[in-house]
Amino acid sequence: MATHIPLDEIHGSQEMGEQTQRKLWLEVLHDWVTTVDHKKIGLMYISYALFFLLVAGFEALLMRIQLAVPNNHFVSPEVFNGLFTMHGTTMVFFVGMPILFGFGNYLIPLMIGARDMAFPRLNAFSFWISAFGGLLLYYSYIGGSGLYGAGSAPDVGWFAYAPLTAKVFSPGHSTDYWTLSLLLTGIGTIGTALNIVATIISMRCPGMKMSRLPLLPWLYLVTSGLAFVAIGPLTAAQIMLMLDRYLGSHFFDTQAGGSAVLWMHFFWIFGHPEVYILVLPAFAFANEIIPVFSRKAIFGYPAMVAASVGIGFVSLGVWAHHMFTVGLGAAENTFFVLSTMVIAVPTGIKIFNWLATLWGGKIQFTASMLFALAFLFQFLIAGLTGIMLSVAPFDWQLGNSYFVVAHFHYVLVGAILFMVFSAFYFWYPKMTGRMLSEKLGKWHFWLFLIGFHLTFDFMHIPGLLGMPRRVYTYEADRGWMIWNMIISSGAVVQAVATLLFVYNMVWSYFKGPLAGPDPWDAWTLEWTTTSPPPSYNFAETPEVSSRRPLWDLKHPDDPDSDYEIGPSRRSRAKKESQ
Amino acid sequence: MFLSQTWCGIATIMSSASGADPTNIFAPAGTPAKSIFNLSMLVLSVTAGIFLVVAGILVYVLFRYRMRKDSADADQEPPQIYGSNQIELSWTVIPILIVVMLFLATTRVIYTTEHAPRPKNVLEVTVVAHQFWWEFRYPKLGIVTANELHVPISDPNHPMPTYLTMSSADVDHSFWVPRLAGKTDVIPNKVNTMWIDPQTPGVYLGQCAQYCGVQHAKMLIRVYADTPKQFAAWVAQQQKPAVEDPAVAEGRNVFMHNACISCHTISGTVATGRFAPDLTHVGSRDTIASGSVPNTPANLKRFIEDPANFKPGALMPPMHLDSHDLDAVTAYLTSLK
Amino acid sequence: MSDIAVAPGGTDGAWTLPSRGTVGILCLILAEASIFVIFVVAYIFYIGKSLTGPTPKEVLSLPIFTSICLLSSSYTVHAAVSALRRGQQRLCSLWLAATVLLGGIFLAGTAHEWYDLIYNHGLTIQTNLFGTTFYSLVGLHASHVVVGLIMLSLALWFSVSGKMHHHHWEKLEVLSLYWHFVDGVWVVVFLVVYVLGR
Repeated sequence: MATHIPLDEIHGSQEMGEQTQRKLWLEVLHDWVTTVDHKKIGLMYISYALFFLLVAGFEALLMRIQLAVPNNHFVSPEVFNGLFTMHGTTMVFFVGMPILFGFGNYLIPLMIGARDMAFPRLNAFSFWISAFGGLLLYYSYIGGSGLYGAGSAPDVGWFAYAPLTAKVFSPGHSTDYWTLSLLLTGIGTIGTALNIVATIISMRCPGMKMSRLPLLPWLYLVTSGLAFVAIGPLTAAQIMLMLDRYLGSHFFDTQAGGSAVLWMHFFWIFGHPEVYILVLPAFAFANEIIPVFSRKAIFGYPAMVAASVGIGFVSLGVWAHHMFTVGLGAAENTFFVLSTMVIAVPTGIKIFNWLATLWGGKIQFTASMLFALAFLFQFLIAGLTGIMLSVAPFDWQLGNSYFVVAHFHYVLVGAILFMVFSAFYFWYPKMTGRMLSEKLGKWHFWLFLIGFHLTFDFMHIPGLLGMPRRVYTYEADRGWMIWNMIISSGAVVQAVATLLFVYNMVWSYFKGPLAGPDPWDAWTLEWTTTSPPPSYNFAETPEVSSRRPLWDLKHPDDPDSDYEIGPSRRSRAKKESQ
Repeated sequence: MFLSQTWCGIATIMSSASGADPTNIFAPAGTPAKSIFNLSMLVLSVTAGIFLVVAGILVYVLFRYRMRKDSADADQEPPQIYGSNQIELSWTVIPILIVVMLFLATTRVIYTTEHAPRPKNVLEVTVVAHQFWWEFRYPKLGIVTANELHVPISDPNHPMPTYLTMSSADVDHSFWVPRLAGKTDVIPNKVNTMWIDPQTPGVYLGQCAQYCGVQHAKMLIRVYADTPKQFAAWVAQQQKPAVEDPAVAEGRNVFMHNACISCHTISGTVATGRFAPDLTHVGSRDTIASGSVPNTPANLKRFIEDPANFKPGALMPPMHLDSHDLDAVTAYLTSLK
Repeated sequence: MSDIAVAPGGTDGAWTLPSRGTVGILCLILAEASIFVIFVVAYIFYIGKSLTGPTPKEVLSLPIFTSICLLSSSYTVHAAVSALRRGQQRLCSLWLAATVLLGGIFLAGTAHEWYDLIYNHGLTIQTNLFGTTFYSLVGLHASHVVVGLIMLSLALWFSVSGKMHHHHWEKLEVLSLYWHFVDGVWVVVFLVVYVLGR
């Protein structure tokens, strides 16, 4: 039996939307605060992340002004050290994680044909506790003091190496705010990850076998699995740090025989999988967006799943490549060189499969696709600089220099943020019912691209010239100034582009062209329902018989289900023999 | 081969400008830095090759398969291809081969650097990192100095490398002089070692490469590679006790009767503090404040008056001396050649 | 495009998926396990590295009786679940009560041990690395026992007051999975702290 969603129901939901606007603002607020609807929670995650993106971007801008010329006095060292700590912590925990969980929350039930997440109330709890964590971190600007009582925000760096975080060296409360906020978001993250796994395993609509699961939920499954294993060590390490700071225990107290290196291990056992927790959802978006705008099915679905699972497992065994310079010993370094390099193999498979998806397609250069293509290009470069850093002796030079900063910003901005922008242009119509302006979108794209490359291409060079990271200023005789000038000017261009994007979102929300249920002629289940979807998502639970249910519907003469691996292989052979 | 030459060309350009770029990792001046340099050229060539191939395919695909509105089948979907085991296998196996190659090359350099045979003639230096300065102790020569490390040059025929045994007095630091060797972290409660062997005389610059607190940025390192003669002269001069010049007795008096002595050492006096740099021969150094300003009486005076002038966040408090005492102490410290 | 429709599915037979409660608790257990792993690693790493006494050998004695109590509570909670599954609510209450009692004995044993260590041997979390890692690892486990006991007591209360019915057995099973995990962790903690570390 087929599910029909007639047009008048779409109109119906719009009228309801107008009624919502007529509600008292207090009622609206109450609705949002008490909601357990995965779509509303997803949107709250996204807007919360966007807010912090602007905050942390502003912090980056201040740092770039300070570093534009040597021996600058724009901000004090105390303020600068707080800025880079807050920038890093915010971007990883309060931008990267919530924005990806936001999209996941919004899209996963829609893509697997479910009405909500497995545990809606846990979902709301996870969001609010993460949000509270972010506010707590920023409260440190009012309530905390940094190293030697100076400054007013955590200033121990986002990986907070012991023993700088010990009470002796950080007597103020700002480090406590940092620890507490990470503990809280950690709990929120585990809650959401658990919810995502349970939803994907237990809530799929009839017919959606794991082999038919769209790649986006597949990759979110891997990401969430990683989150369980990775957030645990972070939480444990934060508990130990709290015990050290409050109860006087000695986990990281080097005066009492404690080990500073132990913290590094614990942090990076979390820290490196964290990179993959952030990047896998970006891959997930690419897996949905690149096929639609190439008008082709993803190339090598099983290999893509296998590569993602492979990346997930290998990423748990590479953490000490952040520690090539701490004197682990030659054998240990060699092991981590190998495990790190091995990650290049599944990652390479992904890049080549995306290229093969593009090959032979009809590529549409929408704003969304432009961002996705730039992602592909920049992720390639990020991967290659990653290979350079995995070569331990090379890392003895490059580690903790601006080269590393450039490398991971290539991953976090060049790959993840670009893909997040791409996802915005792709799914904004589904979330709001209106298209984002393509014209503004292309301006946003080109400006951001130019700004990005100005900043992060040139950022590799001062690293090669010996500039360490986390310095509030530098000597004039080192030949770093010209590069820093270029980097800083690119940052300004990026800021302008981001504001343009925010403007586009606001403008399009009111004035953008109506989207309709399926503006991109796409193939997954979320495009079968109205834009925005009703609170119950689907009027009737859909049933699927392939990976691309809408393709089957639009091409009944050549349905996808004929080409699936497994028992239906036979039908493909039959088709060919005809 | 071609790529490798291109990289060497670029590297040469960068190293030719080494006068302007005193911390360029592509201008190695010692064995560890050189072997890293050679390895990095291999890695850069391989990655550049991969980049050209993959980015080339990407650009070709984007151009060749762009949507053409005017073509006859514009409203038809392209043929759907779901995958190909052979092709996917090929782009699994080729990267594996590249990885194996790079891994073997890397392992070789790791072992030749970390497990290098130790020659008979070595200079041993103990490095103790502090917030935010470096203490260099020469246990066999009985010398203690700060921020400026003097080592003899190492002739490849008669190698005389310097072995650094490093630990930290407080938080994590990292010792990085890019033209001599890769960085090694300096961690409390852990002893790390590394070796350097500059082959041409000169000053090699570097700085702390692990965030260590407020003044991390100005925790600079200066390595002086001396000819054997210069080095011997420097050692002889450093081994002498502190100069006792009656002309600066007043400044000496001020120094010895203030809190200075609880942190600083001046050999042969009551000043035996270990918390701050040894000042026995402070007048002989080129720089003060961890290499951040030249050692002139004017700078020294400003530093003593309020260390935050040059190094905000430095742990030395302002001494609140009146200008007479300040001049006297400056004159005394300047006399400590 | 006025209509969007999803083609009839080609599925045959009933569409059953794993229960979300079980999946959820397994995920939680995985996350909790990774926290415990880190504490266990820290404990093992710091064995014998304390700069001052007392050492584990001097002050720790094997908590054999309380360990037996805790481990056997795994059996009783399992029995409670099977009883509810069969619809024997009385029996379920009985087994739950036994579980709470056994868990309570374990907790009392830990409390006594800590009291002894603190007041008779002067070992606190501040004393040395042994104290630091001992109290944090055993304490982390004990806090999980406390959470489990609270949940089990709630279940017992529901069961006694007749608010728990046969169809709740899956929920009770989720709780029992957590309790089995807490017991499993104790086996590891016991081996690390009282066997390996002594």
